[in-house]
Amino acid sequence: MSAIVETIEAMERPPVTMTSRLEGELLEVSMGPQHPSTHGVFRMNVALDGEIVRKLKPVFGYLHRNHEKIGENTSYLGSMPYTDRLDYFCSMTNNWAYALSVEKLAGIEVPERAEYLRVVLAELTRLQNHASLLGFLLSDMGAWGTPLMYAFREREKILDLFESLSGSRMMCDYMRFGGCRVDASAEWLARAKEIVDRFPNFLDEFEKLIVENEILIARTQNVGKLSPQLAISAGITGPMLRACGVNYDIRKVDGYGYYPRFQFRIPLGEHGDTYDRLMMRALEMRESISILNQAFEQIPAGPIMNPKVKVRAFRPPVGEAYGRIEAPKGELGFYLISDGSPNPYRYRVRPPSFINLTILEDLCLGHTVADVMVILGSVDIVMGEVDR
Amino acid sequence: MNPTTFFIFTTLLKIVGIVFVVILPMVSYAVYAERKVSALIQDRLGPNRVGPAGLFQPIADAMKFLLKEDFTPAHVNKFYYWLAPCLAMVPAITTIAVVPFGSTLFGVPMVIADINVGVLFVFAIASLGVYGIVIGGWASNSKYPFLGGVRSTSQMISYELSLGLAVIPIFLLIGNLRLTEVVQYQIDHGWMIVPFAGDWRNPLAWLLAIPMWISFAVFAIAVFAETNRLPFDLPEAETELVGGYHTEYSSMKFALFFLGEYAAMITGSAIIVTLFLGGWHFPGIPDGSHGWIFGLINIFVFFAKIVVLLFIFIWVRFTLPRFRYDQLMRLGWVFFFEIALVNIFCVAAILAFHAPPFPKHGLQADESDHGIPGGKMGPAVA
Repeated sequence: MSAIVETIEAMERPPVTMTSRLEGELLEVSMGPQHPSTHGVFRMNVALDGEIVRKLKPVFGYLHRNHEKIGENTSYLGSMPYTDRLDYFCSMTNNWAYALSVEKLAGIEVPERAEYLRVVLAELTRLQNHASLLGFLLSDMGAWGTPLMYAFREREKILDLFESLSGSRMMCDYMRFGGCRVDASAEWLARAKEIVDRFPNFLDEFEKLIVENEILIARTQNVGKLSPQLAISAGITGPMLRACGVNYDIRKVDGYGYYPRFQFRIPLGEHGDTYDRLMMRALEMRESISILNQAFEQIPAGPIMNPKVKVRAFRPPVGEAYGRIEAPKGELGFYLISDGSPNPYRYRVRPPSFINLTILEDLCLGHTVADVMVILGSVDIVMGEVDR
Repeated sequence: MNPTTFFIFTTLLKIVGIVFVVILPMVSYAVYAERKVSALIQDRLGPNRVGPAGLFQPIADAMKFLLKEDFTPAHVNKFYYWLAPCLAMVPAITTIAVVPFGSTLFGVPMVIADINVGVLFVFAIASLGVYGIVIGGWASNSKYPFLGGVRSTSQMISYELSLGLAVIPIFLLIGNLRLTEVVQYQIDHGWMIVPFAGDWRNPLAWLLAIPMWISFAVFAIAVFAETNRLPFDLPEAETELVGGYHTEYSSMKFALFFLGEYAAMITGSAIIVTLFLGGWHFPGIPDGSHGWIFGLINIFVFFAKIVVLLFIFIWVRFTLPRFRYDQLMRLGWVFFFEIALVNIFCVAAILAFHAPPFPKHGLQADESDHGIPGGKMGPAVA
């Protein structure tokens, strides 16, 4: 990590010109919050010169729910279901990041089987998140829902798995500090393995659609280029950072959970454009499948919950902890300060969507309105997490 | 019956029959077909609540559009705001007037107006369709419609050029702009996409197939752009411009825009069928002079071909992403325009060696009347 930090150079942003080529007025358009492709209630104030974006100001807060303040007034256990509502596509990874930071705070050990289950569920979450992201992205490009429906068909299978395990499709509330809530039966694991085994078929089909489509290539290559310097200095994480060629994946860097036990590769992009970001998701899904297959083979029997943890009257010792994981969208961290009471003194979320969104203007300047939607889609945001 | 009265009576009958009995139901069921076919492509069910297999869905939709509040926003230019939807719908349907949709039925030619400038009339009227979109976008006095209108203007102009150039090879070959003559030529010499069908031994006729296919491809793609269908639906571009030119429209005015697009698709397909796919002709089926049943079958064949093309329209829409504005312009001006232009020279060169074998279709003054039995009605072109 330190080597990467040393490479940071002074950022050079393109100058924002306020006058048009024709010396006319710029057309100010407020895109959102009721726009079909802003992924929820996101709004951009865009100044257009014809079709070219000259200025872009993201505006958010339409879905603000006071998540962090509520976290301070809720018990440690009580915050767990709230974390589901952050990035509602990936409740499992939200649970894990929160559980991880509480475990760090209180020094809790997690049983082996629970760690394996967490890996399985996190990678399943990554599969369904990336699949639906690709679908949404192609929809933003005007592909009228067909790729989205294909992606949702696969996502549906994984959501069914989540439902049969945790009782809920999206708001799983599955993990606890010290383990997991319910154990996965052998049948469940067999079903999950079957779905994962079939997943490459979908990927083959989808990659054919992506890689060989001339229009898609024309629409995404050299669009929204992100330099590694800017990405690092803006704190971009996740597939967006790796698409610029920066090898930084918290699964490898921190080695949290049992990730060091698995063999997997980190795909890296070269150009940092939208096409790379798109392909990054497709390649990561392949690696997730490989991790899942290893996990299904290695998963041991045993307890899923550390019996020493008193989940209900939980009072961690005074201190602070930051637990972070590689969520599908990037680094998801929870920073907790404990004053010894049942509630955290400070509860802070580091949301990957929000931080990845901060450089939207740098990506979009000089591109057309149509590109803005594609770039926004490739950033992969969920407003529940951006606004918290 | 007096021949003129008979002519007026049969023409009115044809207009009512083709517009209200065939085209308008086809338009509303094209929407239904689009939803059903897209559902098939996307692994869904599609409309299935209203009537058997959702077949009454278009009727329910029409009721909904008619009963909705006809809302006019306060900031619009009311005259143009009301005019635009009509301008979108009317040209789309008017174009069908010169298209021969059948051979003859009881001796009456199955074309509403058999004028000698057929294809020019088609372009003249079809180009008016863009005014609906431009005026709609402008009169709405809103930013997304405005952008949609501006996009539409330049898109239509760019693609109309290729559209016009792509048909020139056909008229070099036939030497007549009358669409019934185009169909008759194809009956005699094989459809335009298989110009060797009537002349198997002639290598030049085989050679002619290449530019004809290029013409066909350019024309078909330009029709996609002309009717604002994906991958060229930039004026509407839901994911970018919300609704494009019709963002501010609701109820029946929106429906006119919406159905106008399908009507334009149908007339566009009708033109493609007439120019390239043999019109109402199908190998082995005689024309209407052999009995009224064959006349009906000819009409059926014509509309069956249109339905096949409509299916392709829908199929493409749910397969491809949209082009970006500058890519669309480059494609229109750099590729299709040049291809169509070079294509004309190729056909001209081939024709220099391959004189049209049937002199009656050669270049000649067109002195025939409007197709009225027993009388002239004055010059066809004003």
